[in-house]
Amino acid sequence: MTTVATDAVMDYDEAMTKFDPVMGLEVHVELHTATKMFCGCPTEFGAEPNSQVCPVCLGLPGALPVVNEKAVESAIRIGLALNCEIAEWCRFARKNYFYPDMPKNFQTSQYDEPIAFEGHLDVELEDGSVYRVEIERAHMEEDTGKSLHIGGATGRIHGADHSLVDYNRAGIPLIEIVTKPMVGAGERAPEVAKAYVSALRDLLRALDVSDVKMEQGSMRCDANVSLRPRVGEPLDEAQLAVPLGTRTETKNVNSLRSVERAVRYEISRHAAILDGGGSILQETRHWHEDTGITTSGRVKSDAEDYRYFPEPDLVPVAPTRETVETLRGTLPEPPGLRRKRLQSDWGYSDLEMRDVVNAGAVELIEETVAAGASAGAAKKWWLGEPSRRANAEGQDIVTYAAGLGLTPAHVAELDGMVAAGRLNDSMARQVLDGVLAGEGTPTAVADARGLELVQDDGALEAAVDKVIEANPDVAAKIRDGKVAAAGALIGQVMKEMKGQADAGKARELILAKLQ
Amino acid sequence: MSSLSRDDVAHLAGLARIELSDAELDRMVGELGVILESVAKVQQAPTDGVAPMSHPMPLTNVTRPDVVRPSLGAEAVLAGAPEAEQQRFSVPRILDED
Amino acid sequence: MTDLPTDLTRASAADLAGALASGTISSVEVTQAHLDRIAAVDGQVHSYLHVDGAGALAQARAVDERRRAGETLGALAGVPIAVKDVMTTKGLPTTCGSKILEGWIPPYDATVVSKLREAGLPILGKTNMDEFAMGSSTEHSAYGPSHNPWDLDRIPGGSGGGSSSVLASFQAPLATGTDTGGSIRQPAAVTATVGTKPTYGGVSRYGLVALASSLDQAGPCGRTVLDTALLHAVMGGHDPMDSTSIDAPVPPVVEAARAASVKGMRIGVVKELGGEGYQPGVRARFDESVALLEELGAQVVEVSCPNFEYALATYYLILPSEASSNLAKFDAMRYGMRVLPEGVDAPSAEQVMAATRDAGFGPEVKRRIILGTYALSSGYYDAYYGSAQKVRALIAQDFDEAYAQVDVLVSPTAPTTAFKLGDKLEDPMAMYLNDIATIPANLAGVPGMSIPSGLADEDGLPAGIQILAPAMKDERLYSVGAALEAALVDRWGGPILDRAPELGAAAAKGA
Repeated sequence: MTTVATDAVMDYDEAMTKFDPVMGLEVHVELHTATKMFCGCPTEFGAEPNSQVCPVCLGLPGALPVVNEKAVESAIRIGLALNCEIAEWCRFARKNYFYPDMPKNFQTSQYDEPIAFEGHLDVELEDGSVYRVEIERAHMEEDTGKSLHIGGATGRIHGADHSLVDYNRAGIPLIEIVTKPMVGAGERAPEVAKAYVSALRDLLRALDVSDVKMEQGSMRCDANVSLRPRVGEPLDEAQLAVPLGTRTETKNVNSLRSVERAVRYEISRHAAILDGGGSILQETRHWHEDTGITTSGRVKSDAEDYRYFPEPDLVPVAPTRETVETLRGTLPEPPGLRRKRLQSDWGYSDLEMRDVVNAGAVELIEETVAAGASAGAAKKWWLGEPSRRANAEGQDIVTYAAGLGLTPAHVAELDGMVAAGRLNDSMARQVLDGVLAGEGTPTAVADARGLELVQDDGALEAAVDKVIEANPDVAAKIRDGKVAAAGALIGQVMKEMKGQADAGKARELILAKLQ
Repeated sequence: MSSLSRDDVAHLAGLARIELSDAELDRMVGELGVILESVAKVQQAPTDGVAPMSHPMPLTNVTRPDVVRPSLGAEAVLAGAPEAEQQRFSVPRILDED
Repeated sequence: MTDLPTDLTRASAADLAGALASGTISSVEVTQAHLDRIAAVDGQVHSYLHVDGAGALAQARAVDERRRAGETLGALAGVPIAVKDVMTTKGLPTTCGSKILEGWIPPYDATVVSKLREAGLPILGKTNMDEFAMGSSTEHSAYGPSHNPWDLDRIPGGSGGGSSSVLASFQAPLATGTDTGGSIRQPAAVTATVGTKPTYGGVSRYGLVALASSLDQAGPCGRTVLDTALLHAVMGGHDPMDSTSIDAPVPPVVEAARAASVKGMRIGVVKELGGEGYQPGVRARFDESVALLEELGAQVVEVSCPNFEYALATYYLILPSEASSNLAKFDAMRYGMRVLPEGVDAPSAEQVMAATRDAGFGPEVKRRIILGTYALSSGYYDAYYGSAQKVRALIAQDFDEAYAQVDVLVSPTAPTTAFKLGDKLEDPMAMYLNDIATIPANLAGVPGMSIPSGLADEDGLPAGIQILAPAMKDERLYSVGAALEAALVDRWGGPILDRAPELGAAAAKGA
């Protein structure tokens, strides 16, 4: 049961000549409210096991849920930001199924009456084109507990001897955002999937409703993929009219990169099966980040019968139109418009802006500029070493920088030191290395490492004199007007000064002495 | 429609996670048949155009402020557990991931 | 100031409260008297699943001290009470009459229990009930049935037969109940005690182990209408922990019970409740009561509620559906019993859940869970649960139309007097019919009360009359109940329970 033969996959490009992919994405977002969806327990990540649990979220006999007002407001704001309609009246429902990490053995969710429905999100792709993702619904529900599997190989569920459950996460508010079938993306389907999740993450971050940390599970993506025969270009009417194929639902896709990879993998896997005359089993697939493949999970069968019915312990939610309009007034500038504004403020070219967006560094640069750096310098520093290292670690830049304690204020400080002539470029790079190594603020690193441009003109002048004296032929060339030759002398002066000199100043001095 | 086969009852018992013995199943089939025949009477009521009633009182928008209340504490939480380990509820092996 | 009987257990809660307030007696004395009575008779009646003598006396002492210190105390401070085992009590076992919860000690108090503690009512113990409140006789308790003090071979009603028999055998002056389809009112009727199901949302459900969330309502049980009103006032009121709780003050039930007047009231006799299937003696006592109400100045008319015909069917779809979901949490993972399946090596969580639920639930609970699972399952939802919810709306509409014509409705509480233990155990439908008159109120959420109407001629056993009022007009129950009670007691020449047989060592049965 634990050994799964690797499935056959078809080369992606070949698959695209034969099939048209259709996706549907379900994103679960944990709200960062102070308390859980239906009780007053705190929601802090990483607390001691079972320390944030009460009769309600443990599902003790007799306990009753009460809806978190802030969670409803967040749900409505998310709905509005996704251009959804907001229900005038909706109920919670019970989704009944047994699972040890679900204390009541039903999940309090919304079924046929979501709080928000019929919206869209425009997603900008890497080449600047826009794909509109139609949103089916956004609804409120609660998270489950977390299990540790003991006694099996590598903590996997299969082969485990028993499991240990921590209910701290049980009852944390979740918003599930479900797209309509995403058609017409063609070969760009994996890119569109990633861009959508990325855009959604930016939107939710701008709304300040969630930590949206995929690696901590506060944003989780399930990707539905199906293929249908290719009969034309992705957006041809004939192609769009082809009935959808059987889909699989890939769970546990918990990074932006994985979203793209998992969709791509499933497309190739489906293609191999369909091309070989087989049919797709409607099932849940599990994504394995390490191996880059999916494996078979639970088969969706008729036995799965959730017996939804209206939650009798909660009364209907009926937001007044005044409430909805008030909440609409609290929406931040849409990320797309905001980017256009920032690009113009910062004077970036389209390409530069796209680099910044793709690196996920818009907010970092914004904060760095706000802390006093120039837009150009902010981009240069963030997209340099920190970005390279984050990529190498497979992390996004925000998380990576936060993990190392590198802040926009640090970068602004560094830029300030360069602008003030205290550091030159290569020294600034060394200081940044120090900050990334956890040695403290840029000033502290520069002090500790003794990195500082020598401001003593006497020392510099002495070095210049020494170098001129040692290179009479070069000096002669410069005297004859071959100014370009000064470069050779500047290099030697810097060497003499052990790098701690302002090269511009050295050049000035050399030229002044020889002309 | 208002009668259930033995297989139907076994399927429902599975959904409800109750391992009925054969004798219990046999008995349940007969009893449920009688009850179902009786409750099917709701289908004769004049319900055309009637909106279903899920709650007896017409309340809406009952919420609480997002303010932390004390949790029970792990010790109290685990006091009633059939088994506990590493400050967690110990449960038998789980068959499948959800 | 009323003179207290020498046997404090025969006194009403109101009289005990008066004597406690005036310092004539102490709560410790009253509590001890009841503990002694429990020790003497509960072996025969089996009303209690758990008696907390030490805890009750400690609470009694605390109240006495507070009183001595001059604190202002609630009206019932110091009067002991029995609590139905469906309400969570911190530190005291709570089983709901089920094996699956055997030994479970909740880490929290139900809101109702907190209110009792704050009001200074010592808790004597937890009373027996049909498992998870499913039944009309207590015969579905996993811990054995309670017995009717009027005839120990008969049922005390259910599910709250522990609370009703506690009152009728003077093992507590007050008790709590919960009523999903009649579990307060029917036991009151068959034991000649008083019980009220308040308006849905009038008393917090937080900490009541749910049977059917949209039907369950906790309420007070007593031997007199005034006692019941005093307890209603303590139990009731808004609770932010219960989303379905009504955010309004408790209706003026005590004032209504004291005024005890029906002058000028319009009273409707429900045509559909009281005809065929009702025992002649029950009907005779009901007719007498109605005549008395008329004599007392009420205007009585007949009212028709045509959809009540479907109430039983509706109820037996909505209740099992909600119950099947509410009882899913009993799965051997977090609390309660855990049973390993026989002959299975290294069983899975799923198998342990299924084995525990088979071993831990009794037959009636399993029956209803499976019925509810069916009614909610895909393909059958519309025909069963969906239809039932529509009929529920029709029944609520019948009430609305009736209350447009009258102030309250009346009917017999239960179709028969107490039947013999074992008589209906093998016939679920016959058992369900006990609640035929009480169920409509739960479906519509309106309040109802049962008070004794006398003894049936054919068997000499108690019968009850049910009074129903519009939602949030609970005080009307007490106006009518207290007025009728006074007239009946006057006619009987004393409280009806004075006619119940003495329980003594001689009458001891193998319990």
